[in-house]
Amino acid sequence: FSPRMATGMQEKQYTPSLLNFFIYNPKFGPREGEEEKKILFYHPSDVEKNEKIRNVGLCEAIVQFTRTFCPSKPAKSLHTQKNRQFFFEPEENFWIVMVLCMFILNYICAEFIDTVYGAVLQQCYSMYKLFNGTFARAMEAGGVELLTQKLEKFFYRYLQTLHLQSCDLLDVFGGISFFPLDKMTYLKIQSFVNRVEESLSLIKYTAFLYNDQLIWSGLEQDDMRILYKYLTTSLFPRHSEPELAGRDSPLRPEVAGNLLHYGRFLTGPSNLKDPEAKFRFPKIFVNTDDSYEELHLIVYKAMSAAVCFMISASEELGREFCEQLDGLVGPQLTLLASDICEQYNINRRVSGSEPQFKFIYFNHMNLAEKSTIHMRKTASVSLTSVHPDLMKILGDIHADFVRVDEDEEIIVKAMTDYWVVGKKSDQRELYVILNQKNANLIEVNEEVKRLCATQFNNIFFLD
Amino acid sequence: MSEEHYLELCDSPVQFENASSVNNVFFDEANKQVFAVRSGGATGVVVKGPDDKNSIAFRMEDKGEVKCIKFSYENKILAVQRSPKSVDFINFMPDLPHSEFSQECKTKNATVLGFCWTSWNEIVFITDQGVEFYQVLPDKRSLKLLKSHSINVNWYVYCPETSVILLSTTVQGNVLQPFAFKCGTMSKMSKFEIELPVVTKPAKIILSERDIAVATIYGQLYVMYLKHHSRTGNNPGAEVVLYHLQREGACKRSHILKLNTTGKFALNVVDNLVIVHHQSSQTSFMFDIKMKDTDSNLNIHQPVLPARSIHPYKIALTGPAAVGSQTPVPCELYSSTWSVFQPDIIISASEGYLWYLQVKLKPVVSLLQDKSKLMEFLLRRRDCKMVILSVCSQMLSRGDKGSLPVVAIVFDKLNQVYKEYLEAEQSYTMAVECGPSRGSTAHKRPVRTQAVIDQSDMYTHVLSLFTERKDVSHKFIIAVLMEYIRSLNQFQITVQHYLYELVIKTLVQHNLLYMLHQFLQYHVLSDSKPLACLLLSLESTYPPAHQLSLDMLKRLSTANDEIVEVLLSKQQVLGALRFIRSVGGHDNISARKFLDAARQTKDQMLFYTIFRFFEQRNQRLRGSPNFTPGEHCEEHVAYFKQAFGEQAFIKPVTL
Repeated sequence: FSPRMATGMQEKQYTPSLLNFFIYNPKFGPREGEEEKKILFYHPSDVEKNEKIRNVGLCEAIVQFTRTFCPSKPAKSLHTQKNRQFFFEPEENFWIVMVLCMFILNYICAEFIDTVYGAVLQQCYSMYKLFNGTFARAMEAGGVELLTQKLEKFFYRYLQTLHLQSCDLLDVFGGISFFPLDKMTYLKIQSFVNRVEESLSLIKYTAFLYNDQLIWSGLEQDDMRILYKYLTTSLFPRHSEPELAGRDSPLRPEVAGNLLHYGRFLTGPSNLKDPEAKFRFPKIFVNTDDSYEELHLIVYKAMSAAVCFMISASEELGREFCEQLDGLVGPQLTLLASDICEQYNINRRVSGSEPQFKFIYFNHMNLAEKSTIHMRKTASVSLTSVHPDLMKILGDIHADFVRVDEDEEIIVKAMTDYWVVGKKSDQRELYVILNQKNANLIEVNEEVKRLCATQFNNIFFLD
Repeated sequence: MSEEHYLELCDSPVQFENASSVNNVFFDEANKQVFAVRSGGATGVVVKGPDDKNSIAFRMEDKGEVKCIKFSYENKILAVQRSPKSVDFINFMPDLPHSEFSQECKTKNATVLGFCWTSWNEIVFITDQGVEFYQVLPDKRSLKLLKSHSINVNWYVYCPETSVILLSTTVQGNVLQPFAFKCGTMSKMSKFEIELPVVTKPAKIILSERDIAVATIYGQLYVMYLKHHSRTGNNPGAEVVLYHLQREGACKRSHILKLNTTGKFALNVVDNLVIVHHQSSQTSFMFDIKMKDTDSNLNIHQPVLPARSIHPYKIALTGPAAVGSQTPVPCELYSSTWSVFQPDIIISASEGYLWYLQVKLKPVVSLLQDKSKLMEFLLRRRDCKMVILSVCSQMLSRGDKGSLPVVAIVFDKLNQVYKEYLEAEQSYTMAVECGPSRGSTAHKRPVRTQAVIDQSDMYTHVLSLFTERKDVSHKFIIAVLMEYIRSLNQFQITVQHYLYELVIKTLVQHNLLYMLHQFLQYHVLSDSKPLACLLLSLESTYPPAHQLSLDMLKRLSTANDEIVEVLLSKQQVLGALRFIRSVGGHDNISARKFLDAARQTKDQMLFYTIFRFFEQRNQRLRGSPNFTPGEHCEEHVAYFKQAFGEQAFIKPVTL
């Protein structure tokens, strides 16, 4: 154990805001007077040219300078009194820099802030890459001009959706929430996916989600991770809000043949019956390290079940294909969705009510995350049910875990009768928040053991 | 074309001397014996059948023309009818006199239409005025009347399998009165009427015995009626009407088999299939009463397959010319001299052959395109196993687009039968374990028919070969394996480890490790020690396999030793110790093993901790911190002393 008292917590709220976000490549303007050529993207765009050049130059200098101390690990962030700068080199010589304005925080959280926003920065790149491919490919295809166009188009909108104040440990994990399901229903889903892929052989990959949680991914883990992020924080919330508002009543069943179904496209044509319907789907890039595939992303949903079908971008998709897919998938998916719902309700009744514990669980191996602290995520904010200070302690414990390779357990007594417990076993991390007045260390330890025995009895967790 | 003949005559027919002016031939349906009676028996009687090996030859006195001749069961007593009034008997049991004795029918003025043996010594006389049930007393050379019943009889049909005799009564002959015989008892079953086609000139016998047959189909007794339609009407053709004859209750019309043609027909039942031979077209129809036609009313059946003729058959020439090696000549099929007997016998008296009719399943496969129907059909057949397995292989090898749903249906059909068998087997085992039941009925072990296709059959004959195929996409291979596992799960059949191994092997071969990970995450591949070990071996190519394996071992809860080994091999000595303590096994572990592992880490403090743990254990268990010689820890004690000094040992407490 390494019990530690989190003392001296300042009540000052930190509300980081985005000051600058820029992407540059030092090789593009090596000569004096050509510095502007290095800059591929700069936010905000209305900043005066010389200031842009100055800021980029400063970053370049810091990176160069720090490289002399540790060539393999260049600087990741720079702390100043008011600002934090985060550096990230996703592809050789391409640097993304994010500058946040935030007030000084107590030193304990400092390290964690770096981890969180470092992760946010990396996610920015991953999201860009998902929809645009790598910087290098854009350069090959259309030179700097194409790359800057793409960056402009993507980041202009994307940066507006960053919700920096609500970033926390979950952003660091970038995990995937898996939908708990019994074996038989899972096999039915497998069977469904296989059948669809067989009869619509254009489909290369399929992913299946229910209630915004993943059940099956035909994509590799890293690609799924970012696609999942996009689906759950952007695409699904955009579509669920009009649903909740009762607008454009998507819950009217469609009739395919003689089968009633609730299937509809979340990407592509919003209404197949519309003669003007457009059959354009977002393109995504996966396996960028090796096969580098560009794919159409079709997201199709029936009730709470959503399926992503990915088809090589070189294929032309038109009305005929969409109608075929709708006719094939709609009725089956509707049935499957109600099956899953039924099974889920049975399982919930059997396993009893949700636990009283507040915890976050993450497994690095399959990226599985589970949180009873976070409320449902919406497009705008992610809500937590605990005080931000406690969240910061979680982050701090995580930072400790990152530093050591071995398994360990950390128990923290917070100021407000709360106990925070962090446990790391093999590739898994578990954080528990207990609110027990007058509990002592031993009791807290016992309580966590009990939690592990009930909630995590089917995995190997070292005591 | 020859591939399409789904009916054939058996290879080894029973051969007998063909019927002629001096040789009369009789067939006994009960014992399936052919009697060749030369000159009324004086120049010899040769009995052959049911297979060609057993034949009996004897002579008997010529006392007039033989009308009917039959052995009782096991050839104990021979009964011969030569007159319309009486039946003669000859003992065939050793130690009993062979001389004939005779029995006249009891009813006055009655004519004996025929007789049927119902056991080795019980016989029924059917007369035009009723039935008489006798017991033969061979030693006393006399018969004892057990029971009789008066009723006007036109003709009768006997089903030896069930010992049921059907009597045709009334003027039109269409009211049938069944009687059942069993161990000296005769029971009258409820009579029923055969619905005749529209009658123009009544008051004469219309229902002919040629149009009635009795047979057991799927364990139930049916009366089959060949219903000819008058040509004048706009009826599409003749049909076979099946009446279900039950021990209790009325006989009900249950199935109609549509022939859609007219002419002369004959009926056989082979492997629970009703075969209708049509003479003019020289083809046969095949019906399966369990096959439901979705597009027609319930229990109206169309032929399963298009009508085909019986497979061409060649016979050696008979007669005086047939000497030496004769080239066989084609046999005339559907000949007018053929006699057809239930259930599956065809006799050509003029050529001296008795054949069993057989159904060939292979040609059915290509004729019946609907795989679901085909599978249902095959599963109901007797020798179906290899054909079913080859259908499965064939179905998978083609990998047609959209074949997965069909594959799923086929697997489900196979597994349903498999599951039913497993359940029967299980309840049998349970019943046996619970001791003899109160009732006298002994537990019957369920019969494993060929239709039970288990996992090892599928693995050996279909799946293991299929996964090796290079011309089929791995996506399809995995989809098929998962479909089979899904089907097994759906029927709650425990999946065998070798199937999981096949899945894993295939996934690893195509580097689909994330897929494997997801399957394991949802416990699609059930936990087992062998599977956990297999995963451990994958760790070098896929590191997360280590975690998956440990989780699995943990869930098994019987693999604590394995977990300790895994952790020690990873030099997680403290982790291993904490684990074994958490499950309460730390008093039984080998100190030496842990100390060895701790030494290997070259971590002094770790070694100290582990050593101290075992000193404390020794103290607690034996009252002394010292290791016993049996623990073989001397080397580690010496090392501890050298590294930390004498004073670091726990001092033995002396009270």
